[in-house]
Amino acid sequence: MNTNNFSVQIKDLDLAFGPVKVLRSLDLDINHGEFLVLLGSSGCGKSTLLNCIAGLLEPTDGQIFINGENVTWKEPSERGIGMVFQSYALYPQMTVEGNLTFGLRNARMPKAEIQKRVARAAEILQIEPLLQRKPGALSGGQRQRVASGRALVRDVDVFLFDEPLSNLDAKLRADLRVEIKRLHEQLQNTMIYVTHDQIEAMTLADRIAIMKGGNIMQLGTPHEIYNKPLNKYVADFIGSPSMNFLDGEFKGGAFVKGDVRLPMKGYEFQAAQTPDQAVTIGIRPEHVITGELVANAPVKMEAKVELIEPMGSDTLVWVRVAGEPFRIRVDGQTQLRNRETLTIGIDPARASLFARESEVRL
Amino acid sequence: MSDATQFTPRGPRPRRIFSAPNIFLYGTLTVVAAYYALPLYVMITTSLKTMDEVRAGNIFSLPTQWTIEPWIKAWATACTGINCDGLSRGFWNSVRILIPSVILSISIASVNGYALANWRYKGAEFFFAVLMIGAFIPYQVMLYPIVLVLRAVGDFFGFQLYGTLGGLVIVHTIFGMPILTLLFRNYFSSLPEELFKAARVDGAGFWRIFFQVMLPMSLPIFVVAMILQVTGIWNDFLFGVIYTKPDIYPMTVQLNNIVNSVQGTKEYNVNMAATLLTGLVPLVIYFASGKLFVRGVAAGAVKG
Amino acid sequence: MTVADTGTASATRVHRRRPRILRNLASKTASIPMVATVLVIFIGCTLWTVIYSFTKSRLLPVPLFETMPLFSIPVPHLLASDGSWDFTLITGLKSSSFVGTDQYDRLWGTRRWIVSIGNLGIYGLCSMTFSLVIGFTLAALLDRKIRFENAFRTIILYPFALSFIVTGLVWQWILNPNFGIQKVVRDLGFENFVFDPLYNDKYVVYGILIAGLWQGTGLVMCLMLAGIRGIDEDIWKASRVEGIPVWKTYVMIVIPMMRPVFVTSVVIIGAGIVKVYDLVVAQTSGGPGISSQMPALYVMDKMFKDQNLAQGFAASTVMLMTVAIILIPWAYFEFGRKKNV
Repeated sequence: MNTNNFSVQIKDLDLAFGPVKVLRSLDLDINHGEFLVLLGSSGCGKSTLLNCIAGLLEPTDGQIFINGENVTWKEPSERGIGMVFQSYALYPQMTVEGNLTFGLRNARMPKAEIQKRVARAAEILQIEPLLQRKPGALSGGQRQRVASGRALVRDVDVFLFDEPLSNLDAKLRADLRVEIKRLHEQLQNTMIYVTHDQIEAMTLADRIAIMKGGNIMQLGTPHEIYNKPLNKYVADFIGSPSMNFLDGEFKGGAFVKGDVRLPMKGYEFQAAQTPDQAVTIGIRPEHVITGELVANAPVKMEAKVELIEPMGSDTLVWVRVAGEPFRIRVDGQTQLRNRETLTIGIDPARASLFARESEVRL
Repeated sequence: MSDATQFTPRGPRPRRIFSAPNIFLYGTLTVVAAYYALPLYVMITTSLKTMDEVRAGNIFSLPTQWTIEPWIKAWATACTGINCDGLSRGFWNSVRILIPSVILSISIASVNGYALANWRYKGAEFFFAVLMIGAFIPYQVMLYPIVLVLRAVGDFFGFQLYGTLGGLVIVHTIFGMPILTLLFRNYFSSLPEELFKAARVDGAGFWRIFFQVMLPMSLPIFVVAMILQVTGIWNDFLFGVIYTKPDIYPMTVQLNNIVNSVQGTKEYNVNMAATLLTGLVPLVIYFASGKLFVRGVAAGAVKG
Repeated sequence: MTVADTGTASATRVHRRRPRILRNLASKTASIPMVATVLVIFIGCTLWTVIYSFTKSRLLPVPLFETMPLFSIPVPHLLASDGSWDFTLITGLKSSSFVGTDQYDRLWGTRRWIVSIGNLGIYGLCSMTFSLVIGFTLAALLDRKIRFENAFRTIILYPFALSFIVTGLVWQWILNPNFGIQKVVRDLGFENFVFDPLYNDKYVVYGILIAGLWQGTGLVMCLMLAGIRGIDEDIWKASRVEGIPVWKTYVMIVIPMMRPVFVTSVVIIGAGIVKVYDLVVAQTSGGPGISSQMPALYVMDKMFKDQNLAQGFAASTVMLMTVAIILIPWAYFEFGRKKNV
């Protein structure tokens, strides 16, 4: 079908609003049929990047290719994209059918073809009974589906989603997340999805691009991003409750802080030789070993319980390690008391080690 | 591929400043702006010309002989049918009308709006609704009975209200009430309710909350109300004609009498100077206040 | 709960609960000016005018009723002092002041009134249409992220700060055939050019319209601009992604979404049209002849000049009805429908 390798290609993209740089020489290649999530906190440039891909914002420099064609100077409607907005942006005075067909009618597409596309979209999204209703009479979830439908009828290869679920309540969000994933399985087209919700990102994405200050901090599969964060920012951003960080020294193949010593046996270093230096170690609360399994743990230590936060399925326990507060996630059924002393185990292979200055993974 | 990309589109789309849509857009706006600016320009230039030049020349041309004589005459010696001391009398009359009217109308309306927003009582909504409807009743319907009411109230207290400054101040207060009350009610409603509740829990009452909690937070809305009232009252003609006597006519009435008086030769330059003088106060307020003026005039359109 | 508790609770309740009228007293006191205005002026004075429009009042309002001894009815009642019966006369009321709809018949038989209504119709229709069209068009142009937006807006809105008297006098001068536009164009060589709307009884209303639009469109533009800016930015993005031309987006999507702004604008413009008075006084004083008369001028002349009060009342009542015809459907749509939904 397509002779070129990538569905969407971004080359050296810069965007500045006056003196404020929003995107900094950004490169990104997105494969055909890939579900890519742009993840980051507000103001990181993720929505700006999406708007650039859509052609709604003009870059200051750089190029955008869609299906191998340079679309940098093209109008949004000529780029072969469909877009779903956070506020859905449905035209309130038109029926659902009117909303789905407005763009097609405007492009003077034959009636029969319009009919066919609407029927298909309505079937896929199961909105047939809603076609004659106005957006005002729809629920949030239904509106979201219609908004997806409007992208669907355009019959394009690339779908852009701009935080499409953030206006919905938590339960509905979980349901629609599954629907979007199913839609992708069914259509197998490229989807670029912007969100600030890491659960959405982890569950939906083939690959996640974590952004900060107009740069991509890490691009990788959810697995990579969770287990092997490339820098401290990504490590801190992903995971809830967030990772524990301890500042210390890397000396003779071990992490040392005060009287705590963690030999980094089994840890996959990025480089063959890692010199001694000031480092930060990151340990996820859920990777701390407790209970009977401690016996087999590579490193063991004692810690005093300071605070217990039960959350139902899990319990978050605050202890102190090397004089610093430290979170441990244990099973919700574990019986613990305040000021109890606990033996915990740490597996260095699952920890992350960052250079203190550059915050880059070692 | 990499060689080819050097010549393919990159960065922002090249854009011509003189593209057809731009020419249309700025062209239309410039013509429109010229149309709106023209009368001000004509007023200024005419008022600075001698009468000979006005008769001979073109109203759109700049004066060849600049003179401020018309301004002096308009201010000090222009004649209405009744007297010949120019607009100065009307100006000071307007000032005397303006100050108490603005203070009284804003005081009453701000307390009103505060009561309606925070201290609702039974029937409050009804009175507010009628007040809003009242804003749309043509003034002509109420003009005459108000004369009778002013006379009756004046007789009751033993002084004259109809035909005096006091009467006009009351009339301005009454007719300014709907829009100002709406303005203040909406503003006070938009303040966080927790603030009001906290003050009540602290034991503050109606007036204490108004003066110590609400007022310090309401400076902008008072400025908007002032702009609205100063321009509105300054520009009033109808009430001035009906509720005052010639010696205390406001500036607008005086201006109309000067310009449209049938006696003597028409001195168009003096007329334009007089017109400009009358328009000067609201114009200065308009240009000085900027966005607040827009907010004031748009307040009429904000739904309650 | 113990018995003692119940006792104190009810005791405090007895002490605390003040009679309804005294609750929220400060607020009620503060509202006295508003209540008085509403009752005496907006309701009282309006009703008074409507009632007296059915009388024959000329220089002064006539008394509505006079007592008629002939129609007095004797009513028996017991005298308290000695227990004997007495008869009191309840005086009958009779009025010779009411003349039914005579004033209205005379009103609609007066040529000047008919001309006024016709003028108001033309002025109103044109003013409404042009205000909305021009106001929206200018707002849409200013919305196109242009440079100098503030400067353009300031220039277009400044006439709104000026009084109708000033507006009328300026345009009287510009439209003066001997010195204004007509003369300038003639001086350019077009000897037969005629542009004297204020001196031509056929076109005088349009002369007033030019001035009225100059003064008022700025406000409409501001309202419209606020309305356009209030529309979700994503709507514009969606229409761009679908390749809908800008003008079509305005016409097909933005205008329908701005229905409330249009309704508000119509009401504000409409209320202003009915009241139009100062502008005409300054520009033409109703002339030439009676060709630029307006209802408000008719009312003022009848009430304060011609000593024909009731005629003025009748005319102002018609003005009130006109406003009601505009206002009631609006109030119904604006407030009535919300309750139903």
